[in-house]
Amino acid sequence: MATLELSLDENASALPARRGRRLGLLFWFAIGWMTLIFAVAIFANVLPLPSPTDMDMLERRASFSMEHWLGTDGLGRDELARLIYGARISLVVGLCAPIIGLTIGGALGMLAGYFRGRFESLVVGSMDVLLAFPPLILALAVTAYLGQSIFNLTCILGVLGIPAFMRVARASTLTLARREFVIAAQALGATHTRILLRELLPNVLLPLLAFFLLGVAVTIVVEGALSFLGLGVPPPISSWGSMIGEGRESLEVAPRLAFLPAIAMFLTVLSFNLVGDTLRALTDPRQGAL
Amino acid sequence: MSEAPLLSVENVAVELPTPRGNLRAVDRVNLTVGAGRTLGIVGESGCGKTMLSRAILQLLPKKAKLSGRVMFDGQDLLLLSPEKLRKLRGRSLAVVFQDPMTSLNPVLTIGTQLIETLQEHLELDQATATKRSVELLAAVGIPAPEQRLTQYPHQLSGGMRQRVAIAIALSCEPKLLIADEPTTALDVTIQAQILDLLAREQRRRHMAMILITHDLGVVAGRTDEVAVMYAGRVVERAPTPALFKKMRMPYTEALLAALPRIDAAPHTPLPAISGRPPDPTRPLKGCSFSPRCRYAVARCHSEKPDLAQAETPEHQYACFHPIESHVVVGV
Amino acid sequence: MMQQTAPQDPLLEVDNLVVEYPVGARTVHAVSGVSLQIARGETLGLVGESGCGKSTLGRAVLQLRRPTSGKVLFDGQDLTAMQGDTLRLMRRRVQLIFQDPIASLNPRRRIGDIVAEPLVISGVKDPARRKQLVDEVLSAVGLDPALVVGRLPHEFSGGQCQRICIARALVLNPEFIICDEPVSALDVSIRAQILNLLEEMKARYGLTLLFIAHDLAVVKAVSDRVAVMYLGRLCEVGPSAQLFAKPAHPYTALLIEAIPVPDPDVRPTETVPVGEPPSPIAPPSGCRFRTRCPRGDARCSAEVPELRAVAPGQLVACHHPLI
Repeated sequence: MATLELSLDENASALPARRGRRLGLLFWFAIGWMTLIFAVAIFANVLPLPSPTDMDMLERRASFSMEHWLGTDGLGRDELARLIYGARISLVVGLCAPIIGLTIGGALGMLAGYFRGRFESLVVGSMDVLLAFPPLILALAVTAYLGQSIFNLTCILGVLGIPAFMRVARASTLTLARREFVIAAQALGATHTRILLRELLPNVLLPLLAFFLLGVAVTIVVEGALSFLGLGVPPPISSWGSMIGEGRESLEVAPRLAFLPAIAMFLTVLSFNLVGDTLRALTDPRQGAL
Repeated sequence: MSEAPLLSVENVAVELPTPRGNLRAVDRVNLTVGAGRTLGIVGESGCGKTMLSRAILQLLPKKAKLSGRVMFDGQDLLLLSPEKLRKLRGRSLAVVFQDPMTSLNPVLTIGTQLIETLQEHLELDQATATKRSVELLAAVGIPAPEQRLTQYPHQLSGGMRQRVAIAIALSCEPKLLIADEPTTALDVTIQAQILDLLAREQRRRHMAMILITHDLGVVAGRTDEVAVMYAGRVVERAPTPALFKKMRMPYTEALLAALPRIDAAPHTPLPAISGRPPDPTRPLKGCSFSPRCRYAVARCHSEKPDLAQAETPEHQYACFHPIESHVVVGV
Repeated sequence: MMQQTAPQDPLLEVDNLVVEYPVGARTVHAVSGVSLQIARGETLGLVGESGCGKSTLGRAVLQLRRPTSGKVLFDGQDLTAMQGDTLRLMRRRVQLIFQDPIASLNPRRRIGDIVAEPLVISGVKDPARRKQLVDEVLSAVGLDPALVVGRLPHEFSGGQCQRICIARALVLNPEFIICDEPVSALDVSIRAQILNLLEEMKARYGLTLLFIAHDLAVVKAVSDRVAVMYLGRLCEVGPSAQLFAKPAHPYTALLIEAIPVPDPDVRPTETVPVGEPPSPIAPPSGCRFRTRCPRGDARCSAEVPELRAVAPGQLVACHHPLI
C-alpha cells in the first residue's frame, strides 16, 4: 500500500558535490575579475590614487613609473586613476540601464504573456515600434536635445533595452502559463496577482537574470562606443570608451593609452558573459539530461 | 531446424557518464531473434530497453560506452564502419519509434520522407519511388494515399503518422524491425489496428521483429518470445506461453498482478509492488529487485543472481528464490 | 431534461454542458451537450479516447474553461453563474488532479510551500497550523514530511510527485475531486500504488470522485458507475460491472474488444479496421459514432440519439443498441 520513501536523503545529498566540479577555471577567473573591478570602482575614493582630472602638463604621455603606475595620458592625467574611475562609469551605466529594461520589459512581457488578447497585441506592437527606431540615432537625438549626462545616457540605453527583455519574459511566460502547475494554482482559487508573483515570477526570473548579465555586457560596449564617438559621458569624466577615443591620437607614440582601456573593457565584458552563461546553465532546476 | 539467429546480442553493456555518476543503462544482456520471429521486450521506464534498442542500432549518444557483440546477419555491428552501418540502417534494420510527431521531420512532406528513403537505399528513380510510396501508404491502411504524399506530418492524426512511420520503416524490406513502444502514445482502438498491421506485414515479409513495450497485454498475443528487463538486465526470458503460465521471476509475477484487469470486479484492491524502480546511478550489491520483492531472502540482497535455466533451455531467469511453477508460494 | 436513473441527492449535476472554442476560422466542438449526475460518495468514471472531450469536460466543470452554455450545479449552486470571490470560495470544495504529476508542481517551490499553498490562499494565517495540516496530509499519502517538505519537485519520481499532488488536493478537505488521467503518465508498477492510494483517501476523507481516463481497466477498477464519451457526447452510462459485462453501445464494445489481454491463449482477433475518429471540428451529423459503427444506417445520420434506459441503471445513446 502506501510506502514511506526513505531513500531520498542519499539521492539529494549526492547532488551538490557533483555540481561543484562543473565550474571551470575560466568561471572563477571571471568572478575574480568582476570582484576586482567592482571593488576598485566602489572604493575608488579611498584608494591612494592621484586624481583622474589633475593634469600634469610636464608629464604628458609618460611611461610607467612609481608615481604613475600605468603612465599618463595626453593631458598628463594618471592613467590608472582614469581607468578605475572609468570602470565606475561603465559599471554604473552598464548595470542601471539593463535594470530599467529588466523591470519594465520583464513586467510588460509577463503581463502580455499571461493575459494575452488585446493587451498583448498592444504591448508587442509598441515594442516593435520601439525596435524599429535606429538606436544610435535615437541616442543622438536625445543627447542633442537633453544634453549629455550619465543620467540621460543611462535612461536612453535602458529604454532601448526594454523590447528585448519584454520578449524574453513573454516567451518564458507563454510556455509556463500553459503548464499544469499554473492551472493547478487557478484551480485552487489563486488570484491573478498571486499566480504572477508566486508561480510565474520565480520561473521567469532565471532566464531574465541570465539575459540581464548578457545585457550588461552589451550595454558596456554600447556606452563605450558612444563615448568613443564623443556622444556618451561628457568630459572630463573618463569612460573607457572616451579613453580609447583619445588614445587614438597617440597610437604611434603611446599605444597603451588606447589598449589599456580596451583590454579592461574586453575582460569585463567577457567576464559578464561567462558568468551569465554559467549561471544560466547551473540554475536550470532539472539536472543535466542523461 | 536450428539456423543461426538473425540477431544475436551477446553480453552487451552500455555505460553513460552522468553528473551523478556512471550509469549502467544496460548490463550484460544476451538475446537472440530468429528470422521471421517476434521478440517482445517488456519493462518499465528506466529498465534500459530503449538504450538496448539504440545499442543494437548503434545509435547511442556520443558519451556512451558500448561493449559486447551485436551479430546481425553474420556481421558484428560494433566492428562495421560508419558508412556500412548507414547502409544497413533503414535497409535491413528498421525502427519505428514511440512518438511519430518527433520521429517524422515536421518540415518535410510525407512524400519527400518516403521517397528519400527509397532513393537512398534502393536507388530508385523519382517516378518509381513515387509509385512505390503510394503502394506502401496503401499497404499500411492510409486512405487516399496519393494526396497524403504532399501533406505534412502535422496534418495527420497520431495513428496516421505512426502508419507513415511504419511505411517508411518497411519501405526497403528490412530483415529486422525494431518497434520501440509503437503504440504507447495512441488510443486503444488505434493501438489494436497498428499492432495488427505490424503482425500482418511481418508475416507477409517473413520479417523478424522486436516489440518493446511496458504493456504485458501487448506482448501476450503477439510475440513468440518475451524478455523481461529490470534495472538494465534481462531478468527473465522465455517463449511467451511459458512466461505467462510458468513464470519464475517474482518481478514478472508482480508486474502481471499489478495490472488492473477488465474482467476483475470494481474496487478489487490491486496487489501493488511497493517501492519504486531503482536509481540506475546507484546499483545495488544484490538483486536489483530485492528491495521490492516479497520473496527476498538474505542472499538476494548480497549477491547478484545470474541467468539460470528453467525446464527448457529457452526459459531463463535470474533469481535465487524463483516461483515454482505457476502456483504462488506464500513464503 | 435528461432522465438519469441517478442519485436522489447528487453532489454534482451537469446539465447540457456545451464547450466550443474557435480555432482560426473554425470551431472545435469539444463538448456537445453532456448531462450527468454524481451522487455523494460515488466514483464516476469517465472514459473515452483522446479528443473525445473528457479533459475539457473536467475543466469546464471546474470553470477553468468557461462553458459556452449549460449549467454545473455543485451542491445545488450553479458554478457557471459564479464569478470572482464566490467562485474562488467554491474552489476549496472541489479539487483537481492532473495527468503529468511533475508538470503540476512549480519547479522552483519547495514541497512544503506547494502543499501549503491552498491553505494560504484560503486564509489559514497561522504557520504552525499550516505546518500541522501539511504534515498530516503528507503522512496520509505515504510520504515522510520531514524528508519531503524542504525539497524541490525534480528530486522526486513521477509516483511520488503524484502523491504530493494528491496531498495538495486533500489539504483543504474538499468534498469532490476530479482526477484527470492521474495514472497514465506513471509506470505500471506505480499505477497500482496510486490507484490504491486514491481508494484509501476516498474512504478516509469521504470523497466523491470524477475519474477521467482512457484506460478502461483502470477506470473499471476504481469506479462505481462509468460514462463512456465519444467526440463530445456521452454514449453510455451505467454501473461498472454491468457496463463492461454487457455493453449496450457499439463503441463501448469496440473499446473493450481492443484491450490487449495479458493471456497468451487469447489470440487477438484481427480487428475490423474501423478507421480513425473524425475531427471535433467537423463532427458527423446525427450519431457521431456512425462513421465507424458496423450498425450505422440512415436514421443514425439523420437523428441524434438521446440517452435512454435499456437496463436497470444503464443508459445508452444509440438507435441500435446491443441489448
